[in-house]
Amino acid sequence: MDILNALVVLTNFVLIPGLAYGSQIALGALGITLIYSILRFAHFAHGDVMAFGTAFVILGTWGLQAAGISFGPLPTALLALPLGIAVIILYLLLADRLVYRFYRRVKAKPMIFVMASLGVMFVTNGLTRLLMGPGERRFDDGQRFLVSAREFREWTGLAEGLALRSSQVITVVVALIAMGVLFWFLNRTKSGKSMRAYSDNEDLALLSGINPDRVVWITWAIAGTLMVLAGTLYGLDKSFRPFTYFMLLLPFFAAAIVGGLGSPVGAIVGGYVVAFAEMGITYAWRRVFSHLLPADWMPAGLMQALPVDYKFAVTFGILVVVLIFRPTGIFRGKTL
Amino acid sequence: MSINIRNIALFSAMGLALVMTGMFQSWPLALTILNMALISAVMALGVNMQWGYAGIFNVGIMGFTAIGGLAAVLIAMPPVGDAWAAGMAGSLEPWRAGIAGVVLGLMIGVAAILGAITIYQRMAPGKMRGLAITMVLFVGYLLASFVYGPATTAITRVNPATEGFLGGLGLPVILSWPVGALMAAGLAFVVGRVALGLRSDYLAIATLGISEIVIAVLKFESWLTRGVNNVSGIPRAVPRPVELQTRDWVQALAEQVGMGHAEMARVVELVSYAILFSIVLGLLIWLSEKALNSPWGRMMRAIRDNETAARAMGKDVSRRHLMVFILGSATCGLAGAMMVTLDGQLTPGSYEPLRFTFLMWVMVIVGGSGNNWGAVLGAFVIWFLWVQAEPLGRWLMDVLTSGLGADSGLRQHLMTQAAHTRLIMMGAALLLMLRFAPRGLIPER
Amino acid sequence: MAEAALIGDTMTGGYGNGPDILHDCTIAVNKGEIAVIVGPNGAGKSTAMKAVFGMLNLRQGSVRLGGKDITALTPQARVREGMGFVPQTGNIFPSMTVEENLEMGAFIRDDDIRETMQQVFDLFPILREKRGQAAGELSGGQRQQVAVGRALMTKPSVLMLDEPTAGVSPIVMDELFDRIIEVARTGISILMVEQNARQALEIADKGYVMVQGRNRFTDPGQALLADPEVRKSFLGG
Repeated sequence: MDILNALVVLTNFVLIPGLAYGSQIALGALGITLIYSILRFAHFAHGDVMAFGTAFVILGTWGLQAAGISFGPLPTALLALPLGIAVIILYLLLADRLVYRFYRRVKAKPMIFVMASLGVMFVTNGLTRLLMGPGERRFDDGQRFLVSAREFREWTGLAEGLALRSSQVITVVVALIAMGVLFWFLNRTKSGKSMRAYSDNEDLALLSGINPDRVVWITWAIAGTLMVLAGTLYGLDKSFRPFTYFMLLLPFFAAAIVGGLGSPVGAIVGGYVVAFAEMGITYAWRRVFSHLLPADWMPAGLMQALPVDYKFAVTFGILVVVLIFRPTGIFRGKTL
Repeated sequence: MSINIRNIALFSAMGLALVMTGMFQSWPLALTILNMALISAVMALGVNMQWGYAGIFNVGIMGFTAIGGLAAVLIAMPPVGDAWAAGMAGSLEPWRAGIAGVVLGLMIGVAAILGAITIYQRMAPGKMRGLAITMVLFVGYLLASFVYGPATTAITRVNPATEGFLGGLGLPVILSWPVGALMAAGLAFVVGRVALGLRSDYLAIATLGISEIVIAVLKFESWLTRGVNNVSGIPRAVPRPVELQTRDWVQALAEQVGMGHAEMARVVELVSYAILFSIVLGLLIWLSEKALNSPWGRMMRAIRDNETAARAMGKDVSRRHLMVFILGSATCGLAGAMMVTLDGQLTPGSYEPLRFTFLMWVMVIVGGSGNNWGAVLGAFVIWFLWVQAEPLGRWLMDVLTSGLGADSGLRQHLMTQAAHTRLIMMGAALLLMLRFAPRGLIPER
Repeated sequence: MAEAALIGDTMTGGYGNGPDILHDCTIAVNKGEIAVIVGPNGAGKSTAMKAVFGMLNLRQGSVRLGGKDITALTPQARVREGMGFVPQTGNIFPSMTVEENLEMGAFIRDDDIRETMQQVFDLFPILREKRGQAAGELSGGQRQQVAVGRALMTKPSVLMLDEPTAGVSPIVMDELFDRIIEVARTGISILMVEQNARQALEIADKGYVMVQGRNRFTDPGQALLADPEVRKSFLGG
């Protein structure tokens, strides 16, 4: 029984939240990796564009709620997703037309693209705050729990409860669907293959008659969709705050680099690696071990390797270790 | 140094903008802008050394600035005697108490990491090596936290409402400026050794991460910085306005120009800081110009423009990069110490990457990367805009939404958020400069 | 004689606004024949081929494909007109499978490409065997086969190869040349630049010896091989 209790605690506080958080990071990192392999620069505006798109999802949610439309037990935000995605795709295409296309034409160095993305980051950040303010917003509705801790305890008779929040399940399901569709697109459709070809060998792709502008547009559209999905799921699971979204840049990049920059599979694996490492190292394991160890063996502390405040340090630590020992990432990066 | 009409005109226009601010808004405001602009200029010089001279893309400026700010606390705050030996009288053994425990704990931690590195280098690859490294790190971690944890807890318990930290050395705060630079240099050395060999976009992520970690340490290691409780009341470099106000010459001066005593005292204080900062900035510009035009500076730019060729000519590119990375970061640390000196307090929660890292980048790009005067001008222009954009944004929003009617919900919402338009303005400034004048206001020669 | 399938006629020009590299250079190939450009390093062999493919600015002369003037077309447009080009390096998509490489070759086609793919597989049986493998994992000779196969997917009337045997072993080189002859037999004209002058001229219906951007000798391959001056100066005796 004790082992079961320990397992339940672990699942409740580390495995399930880690799976949800990892899915969110994976979606963001996928966008980073796609943009990197097609446009060949590190997209620093990622977190902010994500926040901007989520802002529209929130506005849409409010609009639907005001109109009395709901999605039954599911969050209304899912209904507002298409609005956010559409706005963000238009926004990214506009940014590409006004900003990035010029540098592509003159074949600017990657660093210039990064600088330009800093400019887009500032503008987007300002727009988001203008729209939503800098504060925290919650926009989840519908049924909060699929399984509540109390119900679980009653069903199983265990001392520890296991709560399954609907936002967590939705996150994992939506992320899996998005990943499945993305891989189907990249590996099975002509457009997807042309993206991979462009990422592999730009000159030969041009020679084969692949239209580079079209590839770039598709990339922005996919990355924008992934951003809005990641942002909405993160906001449903936790909460929306422009600064938090901006800061997600670090785990996104860490995941993409750890997995191998340019490799979609790597981005997903990297996302979960980063998430579980963050959760595992900043979690206070005392409660898990209290079921496993005899009372007088228990050490005094919380059994927490690092305070939660240092989760960025964990992300960063993984990044450094990977960069030193396997600079191309887990899956060899640089190609799509 | 070539002085040309255009540059003089640009700087004069900037000066005029500040004078106008003084005349139409208030002199303390103009001087506050000036002081922060001077500090920003120092930082921009640091960024320019890295980017303009060497092409190093550092996105962790905030971290180096913050560690310089920490220096101001460690140098100038009076020591909290009880905290240094905290827990001695209590249940803790002396070696686990106060500063002794902190130092011992950190030393064990460092020893464990060094041990792990040694094992990695000496032992043959394989399962045994992995196991040994894990064991060393794990045991080291347990030992370190056994000492470190209680020691820091004991320190934070000493008079938590006002102290709860180690305090500093009680030395004059100006001393923290070189110390802040040194501390930033030390951090830059470690970061540079690990990250400088990486591709530029990886370096960007690495520095971004480091700066977040520095801020996390400042925020949460309260035995060192009081964390989110802030350290206030750092001894001043210049007498406070309250003291100045009572001086005869200040009062006389105030009456002469027809200003209130209090306002005059504030002006005198701010001018004094401005003089101090100007001296530092002038010295740095002089040094930077000398360095840039020396064989060393030419070599740096040669490396930046063609790394492969420079390497082929036998230049040790990594060493040069490390050196300029350290110098630039030290300059940012110096600016950070200056800023905390000016504020008289360290507020770890106020360090935001947008303001302390990315805004610096806007300054350097707008001013002209590779040109020290450009970086300085960029710092002035952008800081001025950053401060003035807030009322400007409010006014702009007022005009834009005036058609909506006073009680329109949208208008009220936009008016309350109008300050954020300055972010949009900064982004637009960066994008426009990058596109239409990529070499900046004062281009590299 | 009727006009050649492809002719670069008295071409003069260079890269961008740079100095002229080609001077009055003429390269032509007849339907179903193999034309080979040889010459010392820096003679402008690859440049001549790129000029035919539209990758540099011609100040004089014209390029005609099947009698149609294509001088003003971009390389991409020339692909649509029926030219296939295999660059010397970077001529495959390394992370994509052999089959996907061929599909990308046929990117501009909207019709059924399966038949063409079967023809390529018949021509290069090893590719059928390795169709699911990433092209970057293949050996040098196999990669060249992928590259040629990719270019054939548009069903070109002319195939241009820039040093197809660079860096492969002599045995593989012989095999590649055999394949190229087979391609030519299907009616596709072949224009190629070669370092291995002697072996290339063996299979050439027409050989061009270029020196400093100009035609020096133009004759059937065998005739050039027999020419003592060519042998002495360019074939090492």
